Amino acid sequence: MSQDTFLLDGEEIPFTRGQTIMEAARAAGKFIPHLCWHPDFTGHGSCKLCTVKANGHLNAACVTAARKDMTVENRTPELDDKRRTLLQLLFVEGNHFCPSCEKSGNCVLQATAYELDMMSPHFDHFFPDRPVDASHPEVLLDFNRCILCELCVRVSRDIDHKNIFALSGRGIAKHLVVNAESGRLADTDFSLDDKAAQVCPVGVILTKKKGFSVPIGQRRFDATSIATQVTEAAAAAQEEV
Amino acid sequence: MAFALETAAHPEHLKRVAIDPVSRVEGHGKVTLLLDEDNHVQQVRLHIVEFRGFEKFIEGRPYWEVPVMVQRLCGICPVSHHLAASKALDQVVGATLTPTAEKIRRLMHYGQILQSHALHFYYLASPDLLFGFGSDMAMRNVVGVVAVAPELARKGVLLRKYGQEVIRMTAGKRVHGTGSVPGGVNKSLTAEERAALLKDVYQMIAWSREAVRIVQGLFENNLEQFNSFGRFTAHSMSLVRADGAMDLYDGDLRARRADGTTLFDHHDYRRYWEVIAEDVKSWSYMKFPFFKAIGNSDEGWYRVGPLTRVTQCDFIATPLADKERQTFMAFDNGSANGVTGATLSYHWTRMIEMLHAAEAIKDLLHDEDIVGTDLVNTGVRGERGIGVIEAPRGTLIHHYKVDENDQVTRANLIVSTTHNNQAMNEAIRAVARQYLDGHELTEGLLNHIEVAIRAFDPCLSCATHALGQMPLVVDLIDADGKVLDCLTRDMHGVCSRD
Repeated sequence: MSQDTFLLDGEEIPFTRGQTIMEAARAAGKFIPHLCWHPDFTGHGSCKLCTVKANGHLNAACVTAARKDMTVENRTPELDDKRRTLLQLLFVEGNHFCPSCEKSGNCVLQATAYELDMMSPHFDHFFPDRPVDASHPEVLLDFNRCILCELCVRVSRDIDHKNIFALSGRGIAKHLVVNAESGRLADTDFSLDDKAAQVCPVGVILTKKKGFSVPIGQRRFDATSIATQVTEAAAAAQEEV
Repeated sequence: MAFALETAAHPEHLKRVAIDPVSRVEGHGKVTLLLDEDNHVQQVRLHIVEFRGFEKFIEGRPYWEVPVMVQRLCGICPVSHHLAASKALDQVVGATLTPTAEKIRRLMHYGQILQSHALHFYYLASPDLLFGFGSDMAMRNVVGVVAVAPELARKGVLLRKYGQEVIRMTAGKRVHGTGSVPGGVNKSLTAEERAALLKDVYQMIAWSREAVRIVQGLFENNLEQFNSFGRFTAHSMSLVRADGAMDLYDGDLRARRADGTTLFDHHDYRRYWEVIAEDVKSWSYMKFPFFKAIGNSDEGWYRVGPLTRVTQCDFIATPLADKERQTFMAFDNGSANGVTGATLSYHWTRMIEMLHAAEAIKDLLHDEDIVGTDLVNTGVRGERGIGVIEAPRGTLIHHYKVDENDQVTRANLIVSTTHNNQAMNEAIRAVARQYLDGHELTEGLLNHIEVAIRAFDPCLSCATHALGQMPLVVDLIDADGKVLDCLTRDMHGVCSRD
């Protein structure tokens, strides 16, 4: 029996029942820009960067099931323009100073901005005042770079079962907080061994005293783009099979 | 006490001429002159018009971020800030550097000295020195140098490129790399990188030697003018190695009074505040450092940089550069009014240092430690770190306090150009007296002021690299505020009189 497929930017993509558009696309080596989605965890649909046009309707690819014979537009100029605008909004809402950020070269936000040819922030910067939480002996929280993807919130709650993080406030005032009476990470049982310590796509949750230990040229996105890495990973997986 | 020509008695009745911005220097500054009815100069000031604020906004940041962040002060000498901060934070993490880490940092630093000195001489200063201070402005730039002396320009470009390659291979990028970290470095050289640098290093030494001879020749042909141009006497300070050798990466502080006697020697730079304090003046964003032992900024100001380093050290530890140092020191028999105190000797000594940097790079490339793998050390944690380095433009001081949560709580940076603040003001006042006083101002005459500033290779904001033809408007305004004369130079270098 032949496998079900759908069309992604004109190419047939095979999928299995229950897979999302995102999962099927990645398995086929096709990059759909995303920030709040992580291959190890359930889709969340909040950053909207993975919005695709499925049979003419805008849907988040990470929470939309793939269906037989559907036609999906992904890397079209129209959709990439919207994604670039979303990225620009994220860059100006926080304080993202890539030149001195230790996550530079390893940052999914930065890599996605490069992939989508974001050449400037376009909008006026908000310059929010977000003091860092350096109270924990092993981990630094730099809230300046939070993009509200909630990966740390979900992983700490669902995988680590510690519920260390939460989002507080509404609308533009929404921000990441630590679930402790003092609000300080030092007053929780957070540990470097927690899965949540490894999941931040940007530079919020950082291992202390390790910044810049990887030289330029050997960082995650130095040699190949985020899109190319998806293609290469799929090819490697296929070879293994 | 005010310095002669620093503050006019009745400025409200004087004409004001502004050189704004000063061109062919790093960063942005301006010079203002106040003249009386007969064009006699009454006041001259070099103003630094940018405010940086780095010392404030690194407060609260984690200490390991500092070497990468503070280097953004400058696009020309970021390595100096990168290394000065790293040296300070070595003390915070309690590290004694591994041989590989120290040698890679030194290699990076010599690459920086080489590229910065080459940039300054060939791109920024040579148009004045080769064509004349008041020569045709259309030619008095790097494009003019390329047209008239293409081989010289080519060597300048390739010398700078080589220095940038040394930086790229040690820091990861030509500008604003990340190679140095608290306690060490994050990479050493690969065998391929080492071979690539070794291939060209002897050519760089030869070209650097030629550059020294070019400047020496200029002095020989224009001795009286070069010795007297913008001349002033000053105290001086630099780092020297324990044995008295010039050391651009590390050492102790040595200072001499204007009369050549020693003020202090082998003073541990981690206690720099015992010998240096800073003053502020209302008309400049730049502070005025001075020697505490002499009293105040009026009497205790000093100069730093290549001229000071070459004249204060007992010897240079690389043979060709030391031979050139000896030639320089013995030139005109070490006369009190000779080259060792001339403002324009900054150019000569800068080229001697470039030769030293090229030789030092060669020596390091032959050292097995530069391909080592032992990169980082730690030790007993400290709460304060002070890093001092001889940057291309002079002594650079970084001072940090770090709390138990690893956050910077206080920072003080005294950059090279700050030490030279009063010295540059003295130089332009001397030039104003020598060349401008009583004359109708022309663009060529005003350039004499800029020539004096360029001798110090200042980085006025220590942030941006302003290269090429910059717009310049000089207004001559009488005591009633009426514009008498206006010289304008546009972005294309075209000069016009309105």
